[in-house]
Amino acid sequence: MSVGRPAAAAALVALAELALCGPGTSGALPEGPAGAAAYTATVPGSSVTFEMAPVPADGTAPGFWIGRREVTWAEYDVFRADAQVKVQRADEPPPGADAITRPTPPYADEAFGFGKQGMPALSITHHAAHEYARWLARRTGQAYRLPTEKEWERACQKGGDARAVTEGRAWVRDNAAEKPHPVGAKPANALGVFDMVGNVAEWVDTGSSALYPQVAKGGSWMDEASASGCAARRVSDLSWNERDPQDPQSIWWQTDATFVGFRVVRSFEAK
Amino acid sequence: MSDEQRTRRDFMQSGAVAGGALLAASLRAPAVHAAGSDEIRIGLVGCGGRGRGAAADAVKSSPGVRVVAIGDAFADRVSETRERLKELGAAGAVPDERAFVGLDAYQKVIATPDVNYVILATPPGFRPTHLEAAVAAGKNVFTEKPVAVDGPGIRSVLATYEAAKAKGLGIGAGTQRRHELGYVEALKRVQDGGIGEIHAARAYWNQGSLWNKPRQSSWSDLEWQMRNWLYFTWLSGDHIVEQHVHNLDVINWAMGGHPVRATGMGGRQSRISPEYGHGWDHFAIDYEYANGTHMMSMCRQIPDCANRVAETIVGTKGVCELESGAKRYELVGGSAYKFTGDFTNPYVQEHTDLIASIRAGKPYNELKQVAESTLTAIMGRVSAYTGKALTWEEALASTEAIVPTALAFGPMPMPPVARPGQVT
Repeated sequence: MSVGRPAAAAALVALAELALCGPGTSGALPEGPAGAAAYTATVPGSSVTFEMAPVPADGTAPGFWIGRREVTWAEYDVFRADAQVKVQRADEPPPGADAITRPTPPYADEAFGFGKQGMPALSITHHAAHEYARWLARRTGQAYRLPTEKEWERACQKGGDARAVTEGRAWVRDNAAEKPHPVGAKPANALGVFDMVGNVAEWVDTGSSALYPQVAKGGSWMDEASASGCAARRVSDLSWNERDPQDPQSIWWQTDATFVGFRVVRSFEAK
Repeated sequence: MSDEQRTRRDFMQSGAVAGGALLAASLRAPAVHAAGSDEIRIGLVGCGGRGRGAAADAVKSSPGVRVVAIGDAFADRVSETRERLKELGAAGAVPDERAFVGLDAYQKVIATPDVNYVILATPPGFRPTHLEAAVAAGKNVFTEKPVAVDGPGIRSVLATYEAAKAKGLGIGAGTQRRHELGYVEALKRVQDGGIGEIHAARAYWNQGSLWNKPRQSSWSDLEWQMRNWLYFTWLSGDHIVEQHVHNLDVINWAMGGHPVRATGMGGRQSRISPEYGHGWDHFAIDYEYANGTHMMSMCRQIPDCANRVAETIVGTKGVCELESGAKRYELVGGSAYKFTGDFTNPYVQEHTDLIASIRAGKPYNELKQVAESTLTAIMGRVSAYTGKALTWEEALASTEAIVPTALAFGPMPMPPVARPGQVT
């Protein structure tokens, strides 16, 4: 039985009904197993939409949906503005494991002069990305989460993104003009997924809840082509938030990591 | 480039003999500082997030630095800070008898005989008094910005600057862009004529809103205001003074002086509820320098609007674009330049530089330049609040003292929100 089919069907539109095929995608996107087609969903409490594309099961590795685009500021800011969620300050004791919290206000310009329109949420901590996914899951009733590194690499490989740089699907140091770019501006990969390689590196779930170190995949607009690809990984450390002059430093915002963002996944098999 | 990096690079470039000597010197240094007469012993006045951050930055900046006394108006702040400082190990171990609480805690920190480096990180309204006390006691100072909130405060600080100079004391200011290498290199080129003559400048600090601490029933008016100091002009100077002073300071740095006149406007559109005190949430100021150059300045703290924290200097031959967040420091046109050097954390570097100057016996004193940038911001605020144009002389000579002289926890009326054209 295919489970995990979105219950709130009204919020979902079959991808085939929309002119969603981005530049470089030809014809219909590959479908997952029955009931696991690509879909569009709405960020709860807003009119902001996002799209999920299936990554089929592979042997014993179960299938999942992956965000077609890196999570944008528009999506992330809905979470930030959810007044029903407690704001968690860095100097407060952490809440219970079930409690979802949202970010403190950012200091200065959280978009670092790169703007927000169409842009990926960036320089946020791994914790922030993780809480966004948990919030999205709680609000939608769908099990959104960060991908594991293996899942991320599988989506990258299955999409043919080992060739993303040579085939012109990635913003890396040589072509990015020293800045991140709006999501989905380059052609999608074979799974219909944009910017897996380059633009912003993407946080993955390491199983650790530590603020640092964590892992970000794929390389970024700041990285050389040789440091971007399906195997590329950056391991975070305190230097990513070096210029936060407060003690304790923010658990949400980083001052020196404009190269990192994230995308979400959701298992076909709901847990 | 950090000293460690510099040493390593020098080692690689200069061969084994010279490099070996350097290495030996650097290994000896910490022991000398730890036990020697040039140990830096911090007294921290103001135990908020920035005060703790500044103390930690100072400890990280140089060998032979430790925190020996702390003080804050509030007991919870002092106990939190003692806990946090433990992460620094022995350099952050503050004994009970040197952890002071109360409105007079600053006096006790400054009077602690061991202290030879006072960090001032309370809300800015207290700064002139704290600066005066620290210099009177013969202590070196690292002072957070801004250094005052009104004209009388600035006059006090300028007198303290002279007193510190006469005593040969070091004073560093928390306008850390002055110690951010990209700024240093770009501004050096601007001053060397890299963009020709400066004929316009722009300064921005546009961001969302900041934190607010909900009022507790046990808090007096004064405690509520101090814990939400951002929103009370006598404590913060308003956000143009408290925050935008950074950008104004950069333009003053480039111009080699302060503006002579300001015409400002602004108000509050978003933060209109009582928890936001009487402060404004946006300002726009036209500043004029003595040579007729104008600076357009804007600052805003309203969520979900166009953000920008940056400075632009327009010359006859090119433009200098500076944006700390994105680490953008470049000259376009003219003598084109882009900073590509090693990045060092300016919040640490500002202590590295100050401590090095003290240890070299040539302490520098940044108090006048930060006082002038602070008055630049105050002049803009007063012009915007009143709706009147204001000259530098008028701002400096102002007798409007907005900081109460005698403070006690208890009732504390809040001034009305300023209304341009209705303020005399």
